[in-house]
Amino acid sequence: MNLATRIRSSPLWPMLWKEFIQMRRDRLTLAMMVVLPAIQLILFGFAIRTEVRHLPTVVLDESRTSESRALLDVMRNSGNFDLIATVNSRDDISRMIERGAAAAAVVIPPDYMRELRRGRTAQAQVIVDAADPLSSQSALSGAALAGAARTEALLTGRLAVPVPLDVRVRPWYNPDLRSEVYIVPGLIGILLSITMILITSMAIVRERERGTLEQLIVTPIDKTSLMLGKILPFVIVGYVQMSVVLFLGRILFDVPIRGSIGLLYLIAGAFIIANLAVGLVTSTLAQTQVQAMQMGFFFIMPNFLLSGFMFPRAAMPVAAQWIGAVLPLTYFLDVLRGILLKGAGLSALWPQMLALFAFAAALIAVSVRRFQKTLE
Amino acid sequence: MSGPTAPVPAATAPTSDVPVAVRTVQLRKVFGELVAVEGLDLTINKGEVFGVLGPNGSGKTTTIRMLCGLIAPTSGTATVVGFDIVTQAEQLRRRIGYMSQRFGLYDDLTVRENLRFYSAVYGMRGAELDARMTELMDNLDLAPLASQLVSELSGGWKQRLALACAIAHRPDMLFLDEPTAGVDPAARRHFWEIVHQLASSGTTVLVTTHYMDEAGRCDRVAFLSRGRLIALGTPAAVSEQFGLSSIEDVFIELQKRDEGVTV
Repeated sequence: MNLATRIRSSPLWPMLWKEFIQMRRDRLTLAMMVVLPAIQLILFGFAIRTEVRHLPTVVLDESRTSESRALLDVMRNSGNFDLIATVNSRDDISRMIERGAAAAAVVIPPDYMRELRRGRTAQAQVIVDAADPLSSQSALSGAALAGAARTEALLTGRLAVPVPLDVRVRPWYNPDLRSEVYIVPGLIGILLSITMILITSMAIVRERERGTLEQLIVTPIDKTSLMLGKILPFVIVGYVQMSVVLFLGRILFDVPIRGSIGLLYLIAGAFIIANLAVGLVTSTLAQTQVQAMQMGFFFIMPNFLLSGFMFPRAAMPVAAQWIGAVLPLTYFLDVLRGILLKGAGLSALWPQMLALFAFAAALIAVSVRRFQKTLE
Repeated sequence: MSGPTAPVPAATAPTSDVPVAVRTVQLRKVFGELVAVEGLDLTINKGEVFGVLGPNGSGKTTTIRMLCGLIAPTSGTATVVGFDIVTQAEQLRRRIGYMSQRFGLYDDLTVRENLRFYSAVYGMRGAELDARMTELMDNLDLAPLASQLVSELSGGWKQRLALACAIAHRPDMLFLDEPTAGVDPAARRHFWEIVHQLASSGTTVLVTTHYMDEAGRCDRVAFLSRGRLIALGTPAAVSEQFGLSSIEDVFIELQKRDEGVTV
C-alpha cells in the first residue's frame, strides 16, 4: 500500500470531516469564536487605560493672585487634573475626597505670591487620594511636572539665562504612550489561551458526556487520529481568532505590525499547540463540561495575572516571577509585543521561540501519555 | 460472514473453524471497594444469540465493556473471536460491533452522516462505502430519514441507526447493551427480527436486557447477580432450575433477594 492510499484510509479523515460538520452546525460556538475576540478587543482596547488622566481636582486658592492662577493654569493644561471646583477650607477638601467627588486637591497658601516676590521658595501643596495607587501615581508625576515647568518659566523670566539642564525623554515604539497599543497584542495571547484550553477540553468532555467517546473507543481508530481529529480544527480556529484581532487592532486602534507576520504565525503555532495540549490534559481529568470549564479557568487566571498581560512582571515578587516563567503566555507576549511593536526578528526572539517549542513538545508528550483509549 | 471488508486487512483470526466466539476464564473486575464482576466463566458459541440478564448493578455492563476492550479486567482472561481482550484489543476492535445503552450517536449529525462516519472510521472508502451505506439504509428502512438530524429522531429510529452503525463493518461478534430500553414494542419486535437475521448469517450476538420476553428470544441466557454467574442455560432450563414457571419470576425473585440484602 503506497503512502497516499495509507493517508487516505487513515481514520483521521472521517474524524476531521465530522468535526467540521459539527463546527459548522454549532452556529453559536462558531459565532462565539469570531465575535468573542472582537468584543474582548473592543472592551479591553477602549476600557482598559493604565494611564490615568483628568483626575477630578478641587482647588483651595488662598493666595488669589496672578501667580497662583498661573500655577493652576499649568496644572490644568497638563491634562492630568480637571479643576472641577473651588473650595474655601481644608475641611471641604476632606469632605470632597471622602465622598469620592474629588481625587486630588491643590492648596495654594496665602503667602504664595509674597514669598515669590521676596525671592524665597514658595510652597504649594497637592493632596492625592492614594487609595488607588495607579491614579495617585499620575497625580504625583503630574504635580511634579507642573511644578518643574512653572519653576523653569519663573527662572528664565527672572534671570534671563537659559536653564542649565534639559533632560528629554523619548518614548520609543509607542510615542503617545497609548495603553491599547500595549494591551491589544497581549489580548491575542489571552484569547488563544482561553479558546484552546476551554473549548478544546469541553469539546472532548462533551463526547464523553454524550457517550460518543465510548463508541469511538470501540472502533479501531488509533489514538493519534482521535487526538489530532479533535485538535486540528481548533488550530485553524486559533489562527482565525488571531487574524481577527490583528486586523481589528490595526483598524480600530492603529496597532502597528512592524515585524515579520510570517514569523509571528510560525511561533503562534507552537503557542497554540502548547495550549491545546493543556486542554487535552484537562479533558482527561474532567468528567463533565462544567468541571472542564472550572479547571480551565484555574489555569487561565495565573496567565491573566502573572504573564505580564496586565501587570509588568518586573514589579512582581520573585515567587510570582517564577510562576510566570513556566507559563507559555509569558514568552508569547514577548514575541507578540516584540514583533508587532518593535519590529523584532528571530535574532532577538529566538530564546522565546525556543521556549515555546519546548513547551509545545513537552506538553504534547504529557497529553499523549495521559490520553488513553480506555474508559478508565 | 468471513473475510475482512476493510482495506486494512484484519489480522487473520481462526474464527471460521473455531466454534467458540467468547471464552472467559475467572474474569474479575473491581472498582475500588466494589466487586463488579467475580469469577466469571463463560463460553459463547459462534452464531449464538446469548442473553445476559440480571438486576441493575449485577455486572452486565461491566462484563460487556471488558469483552469489548473498553476497560481492563482486574484479573482473569478472556478471548473474543480468537483475540485476547487485553493484549489484542486493537485487532479485536476491527471484528466486533458495540451498541451502548446511550447509542453513541452524534445528535448534531444526520442519519446519513452518522452512518458514513462510523463506516469510514472502520476504513471503508469510496464506492465500497457508498454501496454498504445504501445496503444498510435499505435493510433497516433508514433511507427516508437519511437527511434528518439524529436529535429529531424517536428512540426506535435512534436504536435502529445505532445498530446500523455497529454492524457497518460486518463484525463477527455484536455486543448489544440494553438495546431496547425506551423503545416501543413494534420497534423492539422489528429489532429482534434483525438480530436473528444477523445470527443466522453467522454473527454471534451478546445482548443484555431487562425485558423478559426478549430473554425468551435468546438461544441461551446467563443470570448475573451481584457480579456472579448464578444460572446458565436455555431460557426454559433456567426457569426450571429455579423451580419457577417463567424467566420473569426468576428475575423478580433475584431482584427481591439482591435488594433485600444490599439495602
